[in-house]
Amino acid sequence: MSKYLLRLFVTGESTRSGTAIANLRRICEQELAGVYDLEIIDVLEFPELAEEAKILATPTLIKSLPPPLRRVIGDLSDKEKVLLGLQVQPKQDSTDTSEGSQ
Amino acid sequence: MTAAANSKAIEKVPTGISSFDIIAKGGLPRNRTTLISGTAGSGKTIFAVQFLAAGIANGVPGVFVTFEESAEDIKKNMFSFGWDLAKWEADGKLAFVDASPDPHIETVEAGSFDLSALLARVQNAVRKVKAERVAVDSLGAVFSQFSDQSMVRSELFRIASALKAIGVTAVLTAERVDDYGPIARFGVEEFIADNVMILRNVLEDENRRRTIEILKFRGCDHQKGEYPFTIVPDGGVIVIPLSAMQLSMKSSTVRISSGNTALDEMCGGGLFRDSVTLVSGATGTGKTLTVAQFLHGGSRDGERCLLLAFEESRDQLFRNATGWGFDFEQMEKHGLLRVVCDYPDVSGLEDWLVTIQATINDFKPQRVALDSLSALEHVGSSKAFREFVIGLTSFIKHEEITGLFTSTTGSLMGGDSITESHISTLTDSIILLRYVEMFGEMKRGLTVLKMRGSWHDKAIREFTIDKGGMIMGRPFANVTGILAGAPVHVSPADLERVWGQIGASHDDAPKAPVT
Repeated sequence: MSKYLLRLFVTGESTRSGTAIANLRRICEQELAGVYDLEIIDVLEFPELAEEAKILATPTLIKSLPPPLRRVIGDLSDKEKVLLGLQVQPKQDSTDTSEGSQ
Repeated sequence: MTAAANSKAIEKVPTGISSFDIIAKGGLPRNRTTLISGTAGSGKTIFAVQFLAAGIANGVPGVFVTFEESAEDIKKNMFSFGWDLAKWEADGKLAFVDASPDPHIETVEAGSFDLSALLARVQNAVRKVKAERVAVDSLGAVFSQFSDQSMVRSELFRIASALKAIGVTAVLTAERVDDYGPIARFGVEEFIADNVMILRNVLEDENRRRTIEILKFRGCDHQKGEYPFTIVPDGGVIVIPLSAMQLSMKSSTVRISSGNTALDEMCGGGLFRDSVTLVSGATGTGKTLTVAQFLHGGSRDGERCLLLAFEESRDQLFRNATGWGFDFEQMEKHGLLRVVCDYPDVSGLEDWLVTIQATINDFKPQRVALDSLSALEHVGSSKAFREFVIGLTSFIKHEEITGLFTSTTGSLMGGDSITESHISTLTDSIILLRYVEMFGEMKRGLTVLKMRGSWHDKAIREFTIDKGGMIMGRPFANVTGILAGAPVHVSPADLERVWGQIGASHDDAPKAPVT
């Protein structure tokens, strides 16, 4: 399985940022254990990086590898959509419930 | 409310779009957001960029936030207006926030989000170039990027408030469906409705007519109603501030020659320096001759003359002038004459006005002749035509230029034209040229109908045209009804009796012909 390169843009220490980070970590551990690199970027601290990546919404998850480039926006509480966005086939039927609201 | 009270309440930022600042009574309200709403192609983006460009020209940096076209496209498109956005960006006077959608990247929404990143980018860009002006183009395009419209609306409201908080003056564009209908799509006006401006691009009698209207400036004054504007390749939006222009008109008492001594006498000593004279007559009565002698008279006194010719070709004009004894080529060679010869239909009336103003600013003539207004009459709607004449007359009066316009009457004898009824009130003097049928012969008659602020000859004089131009003759005595187009001969005895009855002074009565 090829390596996944993920970047998550969040805004400061907001609840939504926390939820997104927690959701993403869990999904990655469940589905991509050992094959992903995750970078978390605070747009308030690094607005230039948000400018470069043309980010409008936070949280935004960007998968730059493997190609093609994909974006998932939102607090990542909808696991199915996150996997769809990342083009990852779930390992087994998803039984866990995600955190956060929809 | 007085102007002083206004300025204390809310300061205005002169946009640098000079003609716009007139109708906005000083500019856009400082530290406020102004919505510019308009249909597709109404010039919103151009106005937004021009707002920044005018600022940068005066050393005020700006930020451009684009939601629709990419920053690269904007740079390319705006270069044709003479705005080098790429250079300004490189010089640190302009920053882009490119929030245009990238069609190559697929985006999935998975859970709730907000537009904090966008706000962070805008704030960062403002900080980076120390911007005082921000343009956002266009709000509607944000709605199409996200599914949750109420989220977008509240986030845009947050961004608009943040812009106010950081002390910038912002323009935000929004599209609307109809030129006369709801202010903007998606109800965007509700969250930034401090100030609302509307750009229109209406099809009127097969002609496009652009207008700008300031709908509201919360807490400050502005001109009301629609003002025509045009978009020119090397200057962008040019507003034609009609009512505002008339306020600044001066009035001169200096007389200048019409180029014909007899006509000067009839006008009470010549035309006024900053007056506009309308010469009206049927085809062939001598309008172009009047123009030619007006120009010749100017150049003889060392004045620069501009001729705007919409009826005849250059060659025709010069040949005719030679026939009357005026050497236009020589005048041109000495830099005393410039001739602009074109088909009236090559551009709209607003564009003509801007072109003519640019030519005047460039050549700085003391005299301007336009032959003829009637040729321009059908280029636009009657409203646009009236505005053109108002715009032109007030401009040349403001520049203290003497103007002479001609207008062609439809019928050979008597009658008036649409041009005349539209503009007679706008001109200071009116000279009528008329055919007079007498004993089976067509003669030409001339009368000074109106001469604002001066005595003038009230007689209708016969004139002839020969190699020396216009030769003024005697008044048509014993004839009445010339202007009505039905001359009737009256016996001298009858005439004496009529004048005696109404007690008119001998001065005003037509003198009996000396035979």
